[in-house]
Amino acid sequence: MTESNYDEIMKLLCDRLSDLTNADVLIAPETNLINQLSIDSIKLLNLIMEIEDAFDISIPINALTDVQTVRELADLVHKIKITSS
Amino acid sequence: MNLLEKLDAAAAARKALLPDGVGAFGIPIEEVFSATEARIGSRRVLLMGTNNYLGLTFSPECIRAAHEAIDKEGTGTTGSRMANGSYFGHRALEKEFADFYQCGSGIVFTTGYQANLGTISGLVGPGDTVLIDGDSHASIFDGCILSGANIIRFKHNDMADMEKRLRRLGDNIETTLIIAEGIYSMLGDQAPLADIVQLKNKYGGILLLDEAHSLGVLGKTGQGLVETTGLLNEVDFITGTFSKSLCSIGGFCVSNHPQLEQLRYVSHPYIFTASPSPATIASTRAALELLRKGSHLRDKLWSNCRQLYSQLQEVGYQLGPDPGPVIAAVVATPQQALLLWQQLLEHNIYVNLILPPAAPEGKSLVRCSVNAAHTTEEIRYVGDTFVKLYDAINTQA
Repeated sequence: MTESNYDEIMKLLCDRLSDLTNADVLIAPETNLINQLSIDSIKLLNLIMEIEDAFDISIPINALTDVQTVRELADLVHKIKITSS
Repeated sequence: MNLLEKLDAAAAARKALLPDGVGAFGIPIEEVFSATEARIGSRRVLLMGTNNYLGLTFSPECIRAAHEAIDKEGTGTTGSRMANGSYFGHRALEKEFADFYQCGSGIVFTTGYQANLGTISGLVGPGDTVLIDGDSHASIFDGCILSGANIIRFKHNDMADMEKRLRRLGDNIETTLIIAEGIYSMLGDQAPLADIVQLKNKYGGILLLDEAHSLGVLGKTGQGLVETTGLLNEVDFITGTFSKSLCSIGGFCVSNHPQLEQLRYVSHPYIFTASPSPATIASTRAALELLRKGSHLRDKLWSNCRQLYSQLQEVGYQLGPDPGPVIAAVVATPQQALLLWQQLLEHNIYVNLILPPAAPEGKSLVRCSVNAAHTTEEIRYVGDTFVKLYDAINTQA
């Protein structure tokens, strides 16, 4: 997995989060998914399923408990993608 | 936000859905008259929100067995089996469950919740994987959390999604536990067990099936989904509860894997809790005997299920895909669900109200549980009332 792959993950996350939330909110790596974007658990799980398919990985639900920001989610996806490659 | 403020916030969210005075959750039941009737406030209501599928809560055999056990062994065991010992009844019930499922061994747990908690957390641990259906019961999910294993869920009953996730597991399949349910408690639909078994045989893994809602309901002798599908020998572990068709409280796990016995030494929800009381065990043993011989009860139950399901479906209610003892009307908003629930209670019918996030995919449900003791007339009255309320509910959107 290269740096460009990480960027690809970040871009996909930002694009999808932008679609899911208020268009006025700027999505950045440090944006908090719950507090700033008000993503509820159902929307988050649907987003996770989309990401899983996009990168052909499975993200354990319990790994998400440590995820608060967009960057943390990108880090998790990146880590799983590396270990499953 | 401190700890107490967090609870205040949760309470405020609940109150936003349910106005003061609407006690839909944990409603006070003042008197219970029979398997089908009780008093709520000043109303004599028809119980359509229990899981008393075979209607055995007042069976003379179960009541007599419980009375005799209390007289003989007292009201409680006052401790765990590990420390305080296993009574004759505990061991007898375990053997009866193992025999019922033609399995080598069985373990009894103090509740159905603990049966899943204890079995799952005993079978898998950190570094292992559990692959669970997206609509899994909280006891399955909590068992997975307690185990520390990686939890991966597949879309509810979606075999393409399940296969994709099995494939992604690669070598980790060797330490993977797959979990499904005979009948899912929210919409009353069944797991596609034949497809699940096929995928398990293709990729590997160990399969656990929770027959909590299907025990006593499905199959000629009431074993559950394993019996209707003829796949008893393909499932590695079967769990279930005593609190539905068996009308008491407790749970079990049976298996042909001799390693099941080891759970008694590693499973905290088995070890560190008081064992089931003598009365509970005795009434469960009596109910299991009635369940095994109860094909007439299952026939009546299914006749009631089909009658109510078809009546609700005909008028336009959105229901789960399979008729069964759990019949849930899916409505568009929590407000509609609340109105329907309140109106049914006004008509002396008690059902379950299920609002987000408890229901799957943010749905709002008004859930009926049908049982074998309901008369044809009672089922017709419930169906007619749902029909009468259909337009009022849908114009309220």
